[in-house]
Amino acid sequence: MEQVIANGLYLGAQYALIALGLTLIFALMNVLNFAHGQMYVLGGFITYTVYGQLGLPFVVALLASGVTLAVIGALMEKFLFRTVIRRSHREESTMLLAAATAFFFDAVILLLFGEKQRGVPKIVKGVFNDAGIIMPYDRIVVGVLAILFIAAFVLYMQYSRVGRAMRALAQDRVAAQLMGVRVDRYSMIGFAMGAMLAGVVGGLLVTITGVNSGIGGPISIKAFLMVMIGGAGVVGGAIAGGFILGMMESVGLTALREYGDITYLVIFAALMVFLSIRPNGLMGKPWG
Amino acid sequence: MINRRSTLKSMALGAVSTLAIAAVGISYAQAENKELKIGFVGVTSGPAAAWGTSNVRSMQTRAAWLNETGGVKIGNDTYNINIVTFDDQKDPKRAIAGMEKMAQEGIHYVVGPNVDDGAAAVRPVAEANGIIYFPYAFPKALYQKPASNAVLGMIANYQSGPAIYKYLKENKGVKTIAFVAANESDPLSQRDSGVEAAKALGLDVVAQNDTYQNDTRDFTPVLTPIVALKPDLLVLSGVAPANAPLLIRAARELGFEGLISTETAQDAKVLEEGAGEYANGFISVGGASTPEIASDEMKEFVTRYTKMFGEYNDESNTKVYALEYIIDTLKANPAAINDVAEFKKTMDSFSAPNPFLKGDAKLGYVGTTSFGQKRQLSVPMVVNEYKDGAFQTLFVGSVD
Repeated sequence: MEQVIANGLYLGAQYALIALGLTLIFALMNVLNFAHGQMYVLGGFITYTVYGQLGLPFVVALLASGVTLAVIGALMEKFLFRTVIRRSHREESTMLLAAATAFFFDAVILLLFGEKQRGVPKIVKGVFNDAGIIMPYDRIVVGVLAILFIAAFVLYMQYSRVGRAMRALAQDRVAAQLMGVRVDRYSMIGFAMGAMLAGVVGGLLVTITGVNSGIGGPISIKAFLMVMIGGAGVVGGAIAGGFILGMMESVGLTALREYGDITYLVIFAALMVFLSIRPNGLMGKPWG
Repeated sequence: MINRRSTLKSMALGAVSTLAIAAVGISYAQAENKELKIGFVGVTSGPAAAWGTSNVRSMQTRAAWLNETGGVKIGNDTYNINIVTFDDQKDPKRAIAGMEKMAQEGIHYVVGPNVDDGAAAVRPVAEANGIIYFPYAFPKALYQKPASNAVLGMIANYQSGPAIYKYLKENKGVKTIAFVAANESDPLSQRDSGVEAAKALGLDVVAQNDTYQNDTRDFTPVLTPIVALKPDLLVLSGVAPANAPLLIRAARELGFEGLISTETAQDAKVLEEGAGEYANGFISVGGASTPEIASDEMKEFVTRYTKMFGEYNDESNTKVYALEYIIDTLKANPAAINDVAEFKKTMDSFSAPNPFLKGDAKLGYVGTTSFGQKRQLSVPMVVNEYKDGAFQTLFVGSVD
């Protein structure tokens, strides 16, 4: 049982980090970023190239993933989403744009990095094996880093000037604008931060799970799942959604193993019932 | 008077003339040969992309090589080979669309699809449009009568599995066995036939219901309960190349000390990067060639492939065969070029030198024992063991 809980907590930490960027972009711009998983994959491949191929330190690779994705996110917001939001009031316009960028990234990543699964050397070797828990040290490091990143992100959003501006935007875009918040600027920063988080978590997890060009879509779906559980556009909801999904997966795969692959069937069924009772998730607000 | 402008004009005219002459020369050379289109419908994107990509690249490498050396003489005509490709993204609906595209282009010989549901889905299209196709999928119904247009391109898991388990039982003392498979048609059917084969050999099957989503990234929760059962052999049924290193690594990190095997082909580089030394001892069905049996032509194929695509895939040792069989069968009966009924007639008695193996090995269609008719390419069954970044041959077998 200890192992199951440890597995769930580890999965939850990485899931929460994946969902954070997605929920941030949704909160600020009301955009469902279908390309979130592809951004994660791109971040993974950048770390693979810098750390695994060029042999530079892992921290440099992680930085490269974060910065590259932040730049890409900023450019996407400035030249794509801002334009579409300005010209179209239909929500599906941004959804279509996001889906198009996801397909675009899929194709570019396949072209640049090929079709094979890629992995990098472990950042820490050895396995912790005590008190009924087996956990490789690199997973512990990644889990701790994920929690630290989440904490840093929450503190940044809570106490920094940029964070306050973004929260104001998320709460009421028009009111924030009337109070002097530069909507364009902070939307761009928010989108860049969301993309950066996807890139960083992709870089972080490439050390554990590797990366391949085909996993962007499934990662996005899983991230949406967490956001739906926690409540769209709420940072705390994304974190809660990540941990809940991680724990459900870990417990389900152990408790239901004799019945075949029904863990996700049960999770989806539970989610349907849950959403029919709480359509806005655990912490989501009815007004968005 | 010569000035800068007239010099530039002269240079531009010269360049255009040279290009025109070259273009005429090239088109003249190409016009000498007819074109033979061979199709590919399979997966070249997503987690299983390595399976289809090794097909496509093998075909493209071999076609470029044959075209470079003057084309292929079939009957009285010489043909340049043109490979027409379609990525079905491992989606049966797209596989059907791909096969329809091949039919529209007048193609009669198609390599692929790579997975069970795709291969089953394209069957009506292939049969209705006179297409012989070479799936890398294992459902027996595709190759048994009344079906007759599909030709299995590799060794099936129900042919290699029993051989592997028997070898491990006799040589490594394996007594207990556990299976884990992705929750998809191919891996599940491979698991079921693996369980059947293991039971027939008298092995104790300790786990056979454990499955995972194919897009799982962390397999620790999946493997935790299986590792606790301490089987002698863990079989990763139908595992995709992208998932194999993750499963191996998770099992070893959880303290699993037994053997790990699969009946699908894997990639040494992917295993090395994803699992490192944890992958040592991993047993898989390899490409149909090993250094001990590879001919010089096979070695040149590897060199050309690597030059063309940067990195070789061991699976291509098997995937290179399909195009060779198509071309050599057409050479044996040129009437088959537009008539698959002729192709089928030739399959029963076809025999040609195998260019990829040393000695006097032959190409020929097999499958009588498994399918009741010759609907399988004869390729060596090579079972590999991974060791420090490369595959080592465990044993080589064959099917009839």
